Amino acid sequence: MLDRRDFVRRLLIDRGDLVVVSGLGASTFDVAAAGDHPLNFYQWGAMGGTAMIGLGLALARPDRRVAVLTGDGDMLMGIGSLATIGVKQPKNLAIVVLDNAHYGETGMQESHTKSGIDLPAMALACRFNHARNVSRIEEAAAVRALLHDGEGPILVSARIKEEDVPRVLPLRDGHAIKGRFIAALNSA
Amino acid sequence: MTNGAALHSLTHIETAWPDAIFRQFRRVGIRQVGYVPDAGHSRLIALCQADPDIADVVLTTEEEGVGLVAGAALGGQRAALLMQSSGVGNCINMFSLLRNCGFACPLFVTMRGEFGEFNPWQVPMGSITADVLRLCGFLTYRIDNADDVDEIVGAGCDMAFDGNLQVAFLLSQRLIGRKQWTR
Repeated sequence: MLDRRDFVRRLLIDRGDLVVVSGLGASTFDVAAAGDHPLNFYQWGAMGGTAMIGLGLALARPDRRVAVLTGDGDMLMGIGSLATIGVKQPKNLAIVVLDNAHYGETGMQESHTKSGIDLPAMALACRFNHARNVSRIEEAAAVRALLHDGEGPILVSARIKEEDVPRVLPLRDGHAIKGRFIAALNSA
Repeated sequence: MTNGAALHSLTHIETAWPDAIFRQFRRVGIRQVGYVPDAGHSRLIALCQADPDIADVVLTTEEEGVGLVAGAALGGQRAALLMQSSGVGNCINMFSLLRNCGFACPLFVTMRGEFGEFNPWQVPMGSITADVLRLCGFLTYRIDNADDVDEIVGAGCDMAFDGNLQVAFLLSQRLIGRKQWTR
């Protein structure tokens, strides 16, 4: 099982011009804890939509790598997105599900993945080019390489520990997050 | 998702309104279109699919399209959504993304559950669609006549993209035609 903060920090080391979309709750806090960056699109709501924001971005900017970092709850709520992404086959899109098999923001109730619901298998059934589980920190470098160079669509389910970690709160003003992001994307 | 329009030859009105919307897509530079298959939108969907400058994205549920529009805008592209009135209800919480961040979103809604609707199961959502959209922050324009489509859609799209606003066009059942239930 992975320490979520350590894992995400390793994914985003030397990130270059990688674009990151983070799902509401703990995933947004993990991405912020790895270091605030204007190419982070932090979400604080709109649960279930993170993967589709990644698809819209990936289609609009085929010249850039797009990484979606989100939780199992957000991915499950938008599970049909896997089929939609599979139809479009974006080569520049990778999704990392930080899967603790629980709804951490609401009191750690068990999620579907706790019962063995297999997100990478679902991604492969949706014609993802690559999907896998990771659970050892030594695998972080390989996942980081997938974010930068792997042929998408990619889904990695990272089995993280069921633990509460301190919140790291980034920008909350949606207009500010968007404006900063677009300015950075257009200047890099 | 039967393609009702393909079952008979198209009248002028049946081609005029989707063609007018598509011309506005070209004018304002729409590059991504998200949709759930729909008989009323079938011609507009086909026009988008045939255009190499437009990425057509078939959705499993309408709220996916809201994320698509946001992602497209973050990447510098303009996007539009096509759905049936029943799909508006599927989107309510996801619409918060558009308002929280100020993403322009032209939304084209084919209406069901009004004007001679055969299927009463369409009525509860169809009868509240306009109110729901207003509560969700959309400027809402209802269109009953094919001759009005070009002007209203053009003006509404300009407002959406000039002001990062959410603008819905309700394409009434009188405009698109009652769904034909032949046995």
